[in-house]
Amino acid sequence: MTNYLIKGAKPYGGEAADIFLKDGRIASIGEHLRVPGADVIDAAGLVALPGLVDLHTHLREPGREDAETVETGSRAAALGGFTAVHAMANTDPVADTAGVVEQVWRLGQQAGLVDVVPVGAVTVGLKGERLAELGAMADSAARVRVFSDDGMCVSDPALMRRALEYVKAFDGVVAQHAEEPRLTVGAQMHEGDRSARLGLAGWPAAAEEAIIARDVLLAGHVGARLHVCHVSTAGSVELLRWAKARGVQVTAEVTPHHLLLTDACAEGYDPVFKVNPPLRTAEDVAALRAGLADGTIDAVATDHAPHAVEDKESEWAAARPGMLGLEQALSVVVETMVETGLLDWAGVADRMSVRPAVIGRLTEQGRPLAPGEPANLLLLDPSTRATVDPAALASRSRNSPYAGRELPGRVVATFLRGVPTVLDGKAQK
Amino acid sequence: MKRHLLEAADLDRADATLVLDTAAQIDAALAGREVKKLPTLRGRTVVNLFFEDSTRTRISFELAAKRLSADVINFSAKGSSVSKGESLKDTALTLEAMGSDAIVVRHHASGAPHRLASWVKGSVVNAGDGTHEHPTQALLDAYTIRQRLGRLEGVRVALVGDVLHSRVARSNVGLLHTLGAEVTVVAPPTLVPVGVGSWPVEVSYDLDAVLPKADVVMMLRVQAERMTASFFPSAREYSRRYGLDARRMATLPDDAIVMHPGPMNRGMEIAAEVADSVRSTIVEQVGNGVSVRMAVLYLLLGGRSE
Repeated sequence: MTNYLIKGAKPYGGEAADIFLKDGRIASIGEHLRVPGADVIDAAGLVALPGLVDLHTHLREPGREDAETVETGSRAAALGGFTAVHAMANTDPVADTAGVVEQVWRLGQQAGLVDVVPVGAVTVGLKGERLAELGAMADSAARVRVFSDDGMCVSDPALMRRALEYVKAFDGVVAQHAEEPRLTVGAQMHEGDRSARLGLAGWPAAAEEAIIARDVLLAGHVGARLHVCHVSTAGSVELLRWAKARGVQVTAEVTPHHLLLTDACAEGYDPVFKVNPPLRTAEDVAALRAGLADGTIDAVATDHAPHAVEDKESEWAAARPGMLGLEQALSVVVETMVETGLLDWAGVADRMSVRPAVIGRLTEQGRPLAPGEPANLLLLDPSTRATVDPAALASRSRNSPYAGRELPGRVVATFLRGVPTVLDGKAQK
Repeated sequence: MKRHLLEAADLDRADATLVLDTAAQIDAALAGREVKKLPTLRGRTVVNLFFEDSTRTRISFELAAKRLSADVINFSAKGSSVSKGESLKDTALTLEAMGSDAIVVRHHASGAPHRLASWVKGSVVNAGDGTHEHPTQALLDAYTIRQRLGRLEGVRVALVGDVLHSRVARSNVGLLHTLGAEVTVVAPPTLVPVGVGSWPVEVSYDLDAVLPKADVVMMLRVQAERMTASFFPSAREYSRRYGLDARRMATLPDDAIVMHPGPMNRGMEIAAEVADSVRSTIVEQVGNGVSVRMAVLYLLLGGRSE
């Protein structure tokens, strides 16, 4: 295989150095490395970070290949600097058996652009009634460790308790979509001043916080790992801070869109801004950024949710919730966390690569940029700003909430085990 | 005037007053005439696009357009391509391709008229969208108040009932505030939206305390399905606490009027003897609806060149 010598990149934004990638690993890092026969990549001014790991991606295959496939989603991920993505289970059929998770895993291997790590459903058909065969999925070729009914909340407290307990046997984690369903019947947007005026049924912050409060108590009681998906409110951050202080094994993620956008986006009723949980207030955004900065929130996860045009080009209530995220995630984090001084580059690497890999128990991802480690990394040009054009995205769908918005940072190259999946900002397959 | 009328906020004070004055001129021009028809919109096409049954609103808009000599097409979602899964956008583009100049739309989804307005070149008039707004209802209510009381500035309006789900309430709160009236919403706390604090209104849970200081009482329809969702314990309890009966009506100031957008639940939010009393403007509101909708269509369509 081709070996690469990356010249003059700044690991974690620090001093410029050369990085030599050989046989899928980082062979050496140092000044003025000379390696005859290696392909040289001029990376002057670029920041080198470990390849990003997404805990929360919807790849839509099987079932909605018109919106996204494992291949198109993998390409979007690579272009966003990711080397691993967790594929959510709410496909059709649902990923609730070893057969389906192995199919998704195999499609990811075939695409070869990122490691596609299937998430298994907690309950059969996401119905919240009885446990899926979690052990079979864990033992399958897909080696599932993250289990989630995402899109639906495991709202039955007894069932949630059993799920938390059961996955301890294979060091799994339940990733909860925290939404008390009885409090969100027909809900369309954050419940507050704007929902009152726009006449859209409200999704109260308490519906998320009530489930998080319950689940951290359950996780503490049974000594299990809990992961909270797409935390969206200031109250949730407070609850997580409290639970962590008590020693509960809880981790949490926040999406790029919840770090940047607010419920003001619902003005005009364009459903590209309809998402679940909904966009919240500016105060919530500030609390989420602070929580991510101090580590209360462990990870940024995209909740990349592609939808076909007809599922978004409609009246608000009829549209499906969700927005694209993979290709702009790092840019949004640069805008909201780095340029604001809340996180340095090592912090970005921690929240977007190291910690999500640990949560997903991926031993070969989220590793430091150091000799001997797997050559999973990205090169970012932090000085570029560009306006997002949905038509130019690699995703099969176009529902980007950042359309027309100028964002900083451009992923120039991504390497997966030493093989470039992106070079010069272009996908390599 | 803006090109569309989607919500009360589309009208500033000058525009709103212009609509009311135009409606008054239309009333005066037609008063006593045998042929109640003006040639203003001859050759123009107005489409009534109704995704929800609302016979009275549709008829009112239809009459308004016909009295302005426009061609009127009624497009009901039931039994049409819409019931076969056609999208709102395709329906809109189809109607526009047929040459509609204005689309009057009633839809069960809040914001549907806003979406429509982003897809078509003609004017869009919101005839009620979900739990959002119903701006021509607010205009006809303001017209009625001005007709009865001679003014809107400083008029104290009590808006009573299911404010949470009411598009009539949202439009009235916005428009009455624009026109200088003082609004108090009165409802059980379950039927007041979280976020009402940002509205330019007072909020009260006590109808008896509000009535002696009200120049206008506007009763809102309470839908039967709210009862099964625990917004209040029973129709009887609701009626006892928030219904307007003769005893309560007697506590109003002498000149105060009682309004209702219809259709009424007699015996629920309003007693029959109140609905039929001299204070009641309910029948006038219906007639004024036609005049105000004529004014809106005239101002949106008549002012523009071919």
